[in-house]
Amino acid sequence: MRLRSTIAALAVSAVLPAATAHATDLEVMHWWTSGGEAAAVAEFAKAFDATGNHWVDAAFAGPGEQARAIMVSRITGGDPMGAFQFNHGRQAEDLIEAGLLRDLTDIAEAEGWKDVVNPPSLLDGCTVDGRIYCTPVNIHSWQWLWLSHKAYEDAGVPVPTNWDEFVAAAPALKEKGILPMAVGQQSWQQSGLFNVLMSSLVPVEIFEKVYGDKDAEVAAGPEVARVFKAAADAREMSDGSTVQSWNEATNLVITGKAGGQIMGDWAQGEFSVAEQKAGSDYSCLPGLGVTEVLGTGGDAFYFPVLDDEEKSKAQAELAALLLKPAVQVAFNLKKGSLPVRGDIDLSTANDCMQKGLKLLAENKLVPDTNQLLTPDTTSQINDLFAEFFADASITPEDAQKRFADIIASAD
Amino acid sequence: MASGRPNQLFRNKTAKIAAIPMILTAMVVFIGGTGWTVVYSFTKSKLLPKLEWVGFDQYERLWSTNRWIVSIENLAIYGLSMLVLSFVLGFLLAALMDQKIRFENTFRTIMLYPFALSFIVTGLVWQWLLNPEFGIQQIVRNLGWESFTFDPLYNPDLAIFGVMLAALWQGSGLVMVLMLAGLRGIDEEIWKAARIDGIPTWKTYLFIIIPMLRPVFITALVLITSGIIRVYDLVVAQTSGGPGLATEMPAKYVYDYMFRAQNLGQAFAASTMMLLAVLVVVVPWAMMEFGGKKND
Amino acid sequence: MTDIATATAAASVGMPEEARIDDGPRGPRPTRALSRRNIMLYGTLIVVSLYYLLPLYVMVVTSLKGMPEIRVGNVFSPPLEITFQPWVKAWAEACTGLNCDGLSRGFWNSVRITIPSVVASIAIASVNGYGLANWRFKGDNFFFTILIFGAFIPYQVMLYPVVIILRELGLYGSLTGLVIVHSVFGMPILTLLFRNYFTSLPEELFKAARVDGAGYWGIYFRIMLPMSLPIFVVAMIIQVTGIWNDFLFGTVYTKPDYWPMTVQLNNIVNSVQGVKEYNVNMAATLLTGLVPLFIYFVSGKLFVRGIAAGAVKG
Repeated sequence: MRLRSTIAALAVSAVLPAATAHATDLEVMHWWTSGGEAAAVAEFAKAFDATGNHWVDAAFAGPGEQARAIMVSRITGGDPMGAFQFNHGRQAEDLIEAGLLRDLTDIAEAEGWKDVVNPPSLLDGCTVDGRIYCTPVNIHSWQWLWLSHKAYEDAGVPVPTNWDEFVAAAPALKEKGILPMAVGQQSWQQSGLFNVLMSSLVPVEIFEKVYGDKDAEVAAGPEVARVFKAAADAREMSDGSTVQSWNEATNLVITGKAGGQIMGDWAQGEFSVAEQKAGSDYSCLPGLGVTEVLGTGGDAFYFPVLDDEEKSKAQAELAALLLKPAVQVAFNLKKGSLPVRGDIDLSTANDCMQKGLKLLAENKLVPDTNQLLTPDTTSQINDLFAEFFADASITPEDAQKRFADIIASAD
Repeated sequence: MASGRPNQLFRNKTAKIAAIPMILTAMVVFIGGTGWTVVYSFTKSKLLPKLEWVGFDQYERLWSTNRWIVSIENLAIYGLSMLVLSFVLGFLLAALMDQKIRFENTFRTIMLYPFALSFIVTGLVWQWLLNPEFGIQQIVRNLGWESFTFDPLYNPDLAIFGVMLAALWQGSGLVMVLMLAGLRGIDEEIWKAARIDGIPTWKTYLFIIIPMLRPVFITALVLITSGIIRVYDLVVAQTSGGPGLATEMPAKYVYDYMFRAQNLGQAFAASTMMLLAVLVVVVPWAMMEFGGKKND
Repeated sequence: MTDIATATAAASVGMPEEARIDDGPRGPRPTRALSRRNIMLYGTLIVVSLYYLLPLYVMVVTSLKGMPEIRVGNVFSPPLEITFQPWVKAWAEACTGLNCDGLSRGFWNSVRITIPSVVASIAIASVNGYGLANWRFKGDNFFFTILIFGAFIPYQVMLYPVVIILRELGLYGSLTGLVIVHSVFGMPILTLLFRNYFTSLPEELFKAARVDGAGYWGIYFRIMLPMSLPIFVVAMIIQVTGIWNDFLFGTVYTKPDYWPMTVQLNNIVNSVQGVKEYNVNMAATLLTGLVPLFIYFVSGKLFVRGIAAGAVKG
């Protein structure tokens, strides 16, 4: 590949002595560092390098806010990177308004993104005042319950097929010293779990009313009360879970030390890295086996406005490349997420991904909280659940009251 | 030697020119940065600073946020215990080391080496030692004491002391060395005189030696207190503020609101409260301590 | 306090400092080797030493074990089979994202950041301290008070203003910018240290030099510097450890080309690929700590002496 790019560069420079168009380094910043994530991002890099450009990888592990601090400082400091990963949704609003991010509308039109991106709501997440500012690369849904077959065999109970059975099986697991439910001790995981309960255990309209319309009355109402009861069950089932990061929790499920975990489809990547087989080693229940809907969150790439023309050109190439069918397939198979194009063949996907693709095709979807809530509101909800999960003395009723207050003040 | 220096006589331009970096740092970074922060705390800036005024809204929200209140309580508990323990531990160790012991160099090195390690590392190591599944608790249980429980990081009531255990491990050596250096500066004659007068050792320390160590204590005080107020990395590495809110700290609130919640206005309101608290306590003290007289 | 100052003066004029420090301990003299007092004294010291050494022991032992052994054994047991693989991996192979070259990637960056930052911050702060001690001008204590105030400001609070200042100076993202940031944030404590030290030097020296016609820089370079080795060592150790271990400034004010080793350490520790590789984490931890530890061990004696000379006086 390097040889080819050198030849390409030579060919170009032979024609236009001044141009080095085809050997541009583009620095790409992201926080994908777990095993599955790194393997997935390598697919992007491979494809980008094949165009003759060079992907300069700037990965930053750890909490997303550290990475965000660096990204924002560099953009405001006037020394931006070539591209960066963000959750699409409301996080980048300010940067777009300040004119710091590149308008991708031309590229989107040339590549026909409007026709291929599915569901269309993904592109809406990138659109501000009719202009497109980001490239969505995948669909991530939170609504999955991952179950360890080994754990349930050891406990001598059948593998649950829905949330209620999962809760009912907990005592049998506990007796055998198996943790019924693994929950990483980080607030985004805890609040994410709660949101899954909300979209799965009660009618979907409730989720949309609470997070979409910010209806505080519904948030204080009886359906949401049921969700809080379930959250209290989850708190009890995860009592004694000491792991921090999500993939350590997933690893407990993989090794049969925990019965199950509610985590997004990115957990899939960890199962594949560990060479586990869906259906025989582990099961996945979208929508907790109750209401089968998927969220349409995901990752997107943003491109800061750059003065350097060569780099801007490379940016455009990368933006277009990320949505090419072959790249989409390769990336998403590794990442465990769903592709953002409806027109590609994913027959190589495993059981769990097929389930997801089916729901996507049937349009059984809910928006992701990142698209509905500001990071500020999300952060307040995170703090609430960090407290709730750590302190069993907080009753579901108290927590619900505080939750409704947060929703009432959200914008 | 309180007033003898010929300040007025010898002052000249060079001295002022040489002080420019200090003046710039003080005025542009510390005063300018503080002023800038205060101004933007009255705006509704989100991810980027923007001058859209909202009056005292950010402060109202700040003081009605449970996490902020808990952070301050945590800092108070942590700060007070840490201050007292650092001084007591540092001084007692220094006094022990000052007993003409053998292997002094070895002991001193042992106590001081953790200072060379970063907080990230310190947090990581202690997180591990305090992990109930394979840390100290498990070891004691393996020795036969099955009901032994020592898992401060997973107990909301004790987590803050788990952090302190790590902080003391990292920083107390430096305090000890400072105090030891101070003790070495005390004239042998004073000890002799005290012994001749039949004053018990503990009384000599308490009423004669400690007052003489005032300058050392000041240096140690500034080092320890500034470390307490700034505590951030250690908490992030060791507990991420958990369990629940048990080890949340004001500096972490500021950082989280800047970049996680993307609510700069709120972060700056919290910053302003911290700056104000420091201003009210530190500046009058520093004026008294360093202003006016130039020598003691 | 005058007699101590005289002692310092004596020491600096001719008396070997080694002797002055090492004749140090002035407590009551010990009597018999195995007296009750000695048993208690050394007993306490040994117990305390365990507290300080335990983590180091665990770090070293763990870094020499293989993962299977870590999973079954306890953290305190010595390795059954010593392996240096974790060290190799931490230094040269551990991955973050797509870069699989471990800590080695950031090592030279850390060196490139640390050396100029340490030199610049100490140079500035020592001149500050010298000025504050010997060349007072109206209002200098005001600025010094602000510096002390600055010592208490959490770095996070100043993050944004400093980004803006650096941008306006056109230094954002450059090594120079980072050196300035380190100099600025190291200034409060260092200036305090130097001010106290220079104040403790006998003013007769200063007066005599003035009478001989020496100026500001003449006195600083020819009189003050030669007498201040210990305090410079103290400052150096504080700065080397502080800057080498810095993580926030190194990431927020520079680009990945300049990211220090602590970034890789953070990445190794936080990128969990399946299970946490504690042995690699510990090896990485020890490797990152080696430089400050080395500096510390080499200059440990001077360190204590420097503090003795500097911090004693207020």
